[in-house]
Amino acid sequence: MELSEQQIERYSRQIILEEVDGAGQEKLLSSKVLVVGAGGLGAPAALYLAAAGVGTIGIIDYDHVDITNLQRQIIHNTADIGTKKVDSARDKIRSINPDVMVRTYHTKVAAENISELIQGYDFVIDGTDNFPAKFLINDACYFEKVPFSHAGILGFDGQLITIIPGETTCYRCIFHSPPPEGVAPSCSQAGVLGALAGVIGSLQAAEAMKYLLGVGDLLTNTLLTYNALKMDFRKVRLNRNPNCPLCGSNPQITKLKDEEQAVCDLKSDVNV
Amino acid sequence: MKLVVNGKETDVTDGLTVSQLLIEQEVKMPDMVSVELNGQVLRRHKFESTALNEGDKVEFLYFMGGGSGAE
Repeated sequence: MELSEQQIERYSRQIILEEVDGAGQEKLLSSKVLVVGAGGLGAPAALYLAAAGVGTIGIIDYDHVDITNLQRQIIHNTADIGTKKVDSARDKIRSINPDVMVRTYHTKVAAENISELIQGYDFVIDGTDNFPAKFLINDACYFEKVPFSHAGILGFDGQLITIIPGETTCYRCIFHSPPPEGVAPSCSQAGVLGALAGVIGSLQAAEAMKYLLGVGDLLTNTLLTYNALKMDFRKVRLNRNPNCPLCGSNPQITKLKDEEQAVCDLKSDVNV
Repeated sequence: MKLVVNGKETDVTDGLTVSQLLIEQEVKMPDMVSVELNGQVLRRHKFESTALNEGDKVEFLYFMGGGSGAE
């Protein structure tokens, strides 16, 4: 792939970076990133990846834009209320950067479809709001060997970790299985600061870009936690867990399954 | 005794177990917490039987959802 004059101009502020340069930009343009959930985390992540010229961006979301989303899901506008989130996200991405090919999947992720959805992508952004989906993404990325960024937000707190399946600490190394039903508060119950979603989603995009470019130190084997009230960032070193049910030395999980437990009471709710 | 809890030196009652530490530190939703002790994640069924020692490093790691519904 050779960059056009217009592309050189569009991406000049990052091509000028030694770690990116023209070759890195070409890499980005030929890369494929899948964003699962076009919500608080997926919105900023998808926008930055699109602006940076990640050539193919997949967006999965089964939901429609609701007025309560607009406080933080910045890829959706007031005029999008009622439309499919994937369509709304696709339109904004195209309008920011026509170089990007957008693939939309108006569906829920489940054990039966997730492997097919993530195959062919170089990196996955987990921007989902519920634990069954988070465990499913972790497990599917492990079996398909696709690196991904896990993140969660609630209230004024957020956290993220980058996972290279089979090589670095996975979500199940830390959290064996979903929490018991009913104990997990959701953002719709506990609230969430919009800018916090922006911070964490943007960090996810930065991790994706570093991975695609092969530069810097990824946030692997390390959970980054952030509290916006105290403006406190902390890195917690986490070793791989030999007893991990997925990637440990004696794995109990050998194929994908849907976690039974529905987290919070989100099923009847709109979005987090 | 002194422990390092979430990166901060913390005075706690001598001889606490992990379960008791969760209570003493007023962790509101212990079911939402995974515990790392000296660099290794501890299985939940061992919280009650694992006694803590002076200088142990303990991390409370919280389940956190958030984002968007895709499942």
